[in-house]
Order: sequence, then C-alpha cells, then structure tokens
Amino acid sequence: MFETFYPQLIGLCTGALLLTSALMVWRHSLLASIRLLALQGVALAALVAVIGIAEGESELVLVSLLILSVKGIGLPWVLAHQSKASIKQIQESPRLNPTAALLAVTLLTILSYVVVSRVFGLGDTTTGHAAPIGLAMVLIGFLLLISRRRARSQLIGFLLLDNGIATIAFLTSGGVPILLEFAVSLDVLLVVLILHVFAGRMRTKFGGTAVDQLRELHD
Amino acid sequence: MSVVLWIPLVGPLFFAGLSLLLRTSELRRFVGVAASSAVLVSGLFLVSAVLNGTVPASGGGMLRADALSAYMLSVVGAVGLISTWGGLSSAASSRTKDAAGYEALIALFLAAMSLAVLADSIGLMWAAVEATTIATAFLVGHHRTRRSLEAAWKYVILGSVGVAIALLGIVLIYAASVGTDTPTLSWLLLSQSDLGLDPALITAGGALAVLGFATKSGLAPMHSWLPDAHSQAPAPVSGLMSGVLLSVALYAILRIQSITNLVIGPEFLRTMLSIGGLLSLLVAASLLIRQRDYKRMLAYSSIEHMGLMAIGVAIGPAALPSVLLYILGHGLIKATLFVISGRILKVEGTPVISDVRALLVRRPGLAVPWLIAMAAIVGFPPFSIFFSEVGIIMAGWSVGLGVVVGAALVLLLVIFAAFTRLTVQMTIGAPPHDVAFTPDYSAHGPRLPIILALATTAAVAFVAEPVGALLLQATAVLGGSN
Repeated sequence: MFETFYPQLIGLCTGALLLTSALMVWRHSLLASIRLLALQGVALAALVAVIGIAEGESELVLVSLLILSVKGIGLPWVLAHQSKASIKQIQESPRLNPTAALLAVTLLTILSYVVVSRVFGLGDTTTGHAAPIGLAMVLIGFLLLISRRRARSQLIGFLLLDNGIATIAFLTSGGVPILLEFAVSLDVLLVVLILHVFAGRMRTKFGGTAVDQLRELHD
Repeated sequence: MSVVLWIPLVGPLFFAGLSLLLRTSELRRFVGVAASSAVLVSGLFLVSAVLNGTVPASGGGMLRADALSAYMLSVVGAVGLISTWGGLSSAASSRTKDAAGYEALIALFLAAMSLAVLADSIGLMWAAVEATTIATAFLVGHHRTRRSLEAAWKYVILGSVGVAIALLGIVLIYAASVGTDTPTLSWLLLSQSDLGLDPALITAGGALAVLGFATKSGLAPMHSWLPDAHSQAPAPVSGLMSGVLLSVALYAILRIQSITNLVIGPEFLRTMLSIGGLLSLLVAASLLIRQRDYKRMLAYSSIEHMGLMAIGVAIGPAALPSVLLYILGHGLIKATLFVISGRILKVEGTPVISDVRALLVRRPGLAVPWLIAMAAIVGFPPFSIFFSEVGIIMAGWSVGLGVVVGAALVLLLVIFAAFTRLTVQMTIGAPPHDVAFTPDYSAHGPRLPIILALATTAAVAFVAEPVGALLLQATAVLGGSN
C-alpha cells in the first residue's frame, strides 16, 4: 500500500518545497515570507519522515521531528519575534521586479535539472529524480540573498539556501549522520540568532535595516 | 594519551564558564591566556606522541591526532597565546560586563578551532569551522560602532554562506560514500584508495567544499569580508583570526584535497587553487599600493600570504612542508603585528597611516618591534617566512608550475615594495619641528610574547629535529599513507 503512495508522497513534499521557495521570491511582505518559511520547514520534515518510513529507519523519523521543531517552529518564531503590527508593515523593495524574479526562478529550476541529470546522473530512484529540487532551492536562496535589500529578508534567503542543502542531503543519501544533523541545526539556529541581534542593532544605529546603508568600509 | 585529545576542547570551555562566573575579579583577564596555554600544552603533548609513532584517537574515532592535526593544534595554541597575552587588557577594563562575554567567546573560539583540527570527520570539522564564525561574530562587532557592526554583518553573512557551500560539497562527498559498502564522513576512511567512490560526485563535492572553505580562508575572489572584519575586530581577535583561523580553513582544504586526489587526481583542484592563489596575490598587491589604514594593510597582507599558501597546496607534496612551516611563521608574526597595531591605535588614536609619522623617533618602544615584525612578514631571512616562500617557489618550479610561481614572484615583489613604502612612511622620518616631545620607550603592554614570537619564527627554520621530522610526517599523512 505504502509503496504505491511513496513516489506520490515524495513528489508532494518536494513540490511543496519548490512552491514555497518560488512564493518567497514573489511575496514582498516579511511576515508572508516567514510564514512560507515555516511551511517549508514542515514540508521538509514530512519529506524526511516519508523517506524514513520507506527505508524503515527510525533514526530518520527522529531527525524529522528535530527539523519540524527547528525549521518549522523555532526559526520562524525567532524571526517573527517582534510585535506583529510592526512586522506587518515591513515591505521589501527588491532589486528585481516580481515578473523578472519569477522568470529567474523558472530558469534556475530548469538549470538545476540540467546540471543534476548531466553531471551526477543520479540513477532511476524516486528520490534521485527529485534531487534537482534541492539544487533549485539553493540557487533560489542565492537569488534572494543577492536581490533583497533588508537584513531580515537576506536572512530568509540564507535559510532557504540551508533548506536546499538539507533537501539534497536527504534525497541523495538519506541524510547525513544524526550527530552532524544536530550540529548543523544548532549552527544554523545560532547564526540566525546572531544575525537577528545584529539586525536589531542595525535598526538602532542606522535607523533601518536596509543593507545598502552598509557602505562605510571600503578601499 | 587519548585523554589529552579532550583537553583542548574541554579546557577552554571550562575557562569560558569561569569567565562568566568571575563577576568582578581581575583574574578574568587571564582567561584567554589560560585557554590558549591549555591548547598549546596539549598540542605539544600530542606532537611528542606522534613523533614516538603513536596516533592518539578517542571518542569512538571521532577525535584523532595524526602528525598534521597535532601540528595544527600546536599552532592554534601558540598563536592564541601570543594574541591573548600580547593583547592582555588592563585590570580596570576587565571588570566590565562586556569583558566577561569577550573572554568567554575567545575561549570558545579556541575550542572550536581545536575541534576543527582534531575531528576525524569532515562533517564534524565543518560544524567546528561554522562554530568559529559563531564565536567570532560578536567579537568582530565588539566595539558596537557603525563600522564594526557593518563588518560583523558582512562577515557572518559571507562566512555562513561560504561555509554552507562547503556543507553542500560535504553532503555530495557523503552521497558518494553511500554508494560504497561503508557510508562514512571520516577522512581517514575516505582517503583510502580502494573505496571506489563515484568520481562525478567527488569532483562536484570537492569543488564545492574547497570553494566554501576558501571563502573562510580569505582567498580571492571570496575575500571581501576579510579586510573589514580583521580591521574592525579588537587587536587580539584580529591576531587570532588572521594568524590562525584562516589557516584552519586551509587545513580543511588540505583534508578535502587528500580525498579528491585519490579519486580524480590532483589536476582539478590544482587549477582551482592556483587561480584562487594568484587572484589573492593580485588583489593584495593592487590594494596595498594605495592603502591608507594600517590594520587593513595587515588584513591584505593575510590575503597575500593565504594566496601563496594556496599555491603551495596546489603544487602538492613537494611544497607541503614549506606550507606547513609557513602556517606557523605567518601565524606568529601576524599575531604580533596585530597586537602591536592595537597598541599603536590605542596611543596614537588613529588607524590612518599618514597620521602616524616618525614613530621610530617618537615611540621607539613600539616602532622597533613593529619594524622587526614587518621585516619578517615581507620575507627577510632569518625569519621562517623567507624559507617557506623560497621552498614553495622552488617546489613549483620543479613540478612544472613555473608560470604560476613566476607570476606569484612578480606580485610578491610589488607587495614587498608597497609594504616597505608604507612602513617607512609610518616609522622613519623626523617629527614636526614645532612640536616638543620626549621619546616614549614603553611597549604599552607585555613585551615577552612579542619577543617569544619573533625569536621562535627566527629560529624554527633552523631546527631540523624535531620540526623537520614533524613536517615531513604531516606531509606523509596527506599523501594517503600513515
């Protein structure tokens, strides 16, 4: 029974991952981006759980719970942890207009399919077929990092990049060893906390969080 | 002996906790010195164990100290000691609340670097390198000015993204090992020749991992965070980051290289690292010529030296003993220079080169060690940097990379000229006539660490036993033997 559903479930989860990534590029409101990030964390946890059940590895189910708590709940909560009223007003004014950005997302997705099938040739497994999604997420994360002006929006780009790497790890090798998974989650959590503190300091020092203001140091 | 492996990890953590507990004690300012001493002593213990033919391992094989790891651990401890001791804060300033966090983060930073060089797992090594970014983030932003905030933001974003790329590479290397009988992240197992790893995955994984760690080791074109972070951090932190954190990232590249060499041969990474190295030298040369800030000048000097080291890594085993000696020499001298630059900044109140004039006449206590250390960093004998540079260039010639080392040599000459000009501008000359002054012979801080660092660097190249033996043994580790 599970075998028939398995490819569909993998497809559903990876589809959700790609869709949330594309929506993050499209939406300009910070609150919407954070909610999409939470949704993406849940989708990633579901993907890991599906792979874990299919391969009969209880360790992966544990990892899935870890991902759900860190990426689905913890990180979005940290990011949204200021008054809802002020966060609702934060609108990004990115360097790319939405049409161009979505076109770029399409091109990046096609590119990652080409790269993965040509370079790696990941065989005929269900997970191998879905692996390009992970690379597409990494590339979309870069796109967000480059095209966004606000500190917190860049942070979301970084988290998308990290989710992409995790997706590749789970789809190509069933995840890295659990100790490393813990270390990676902890590192990402701490980096986000630090950047969050810096974004707060930036607001008091510069009167805003637009990264464009960081232009004092140069040669 | 395997207990010693835990001292450089647990010791600094203990001192970090102590720093937070000692609320107003003056003892707190010695936390960094104590932590680096713990790392240095255990590093030297492990070196002696390795020279006696044992390879201490612990933690179910997660921690392992072969010749290379033991050597790197000693370098971390030595550079840490020079930086923290030389930059010892005054008793009064160590009572503030900020100081507790500062000393604790320094100790954590040392523990993270120790873990990075001791871990026998490229995954754990990755996590430790990322932990160094976390520990140093607030240290770079310690002064809480607009400039230091900007430097810290750029540092954390670029550092984390770079290291995330390295994680992607490590994930692909792990995916390659999943295709074999033993899925593993241990570099000891991965660098054995008979695993049958998938070449396409190893090529992509190796390239991404090296690219990521190259960001962390400040190689061009991913260097743009480095001058900002190293010039805005407090002097001891700059010394640690410039002197040894860059080399720890280079150590990660060496480990990745030992894995890829067996599967796809040395050519691929050789091209990558040669380009990165030459670009770094080019960036350093072009920005040093017109440099106006002496701390940024030191930061660009680090990019230059990392570039030459990367060329040495590209050349391969023939140049590796020189590269390893280079890591020690550059670390000690760069830490010394940053410590002195911190003192100059404190007494002169300006980081601008043209505002600091006639230092040799006005403040001989600072100018004399500054001049000696500058001579060492631009590569005058008897300091070991000279022998390392010559060794790398000779090795490059012998393996047929004459064009690369030739270009490097030309750029080194440009950098030498730029450095000499800037140093002369700062130190030599007469002060303005109408200003009365008395020569200031004070060193404005402990003298002994500076003397120790300069003396070690001057002497180390002449000590064949045990330094030479250790370097050869460390090179053999990377050749896949041991």
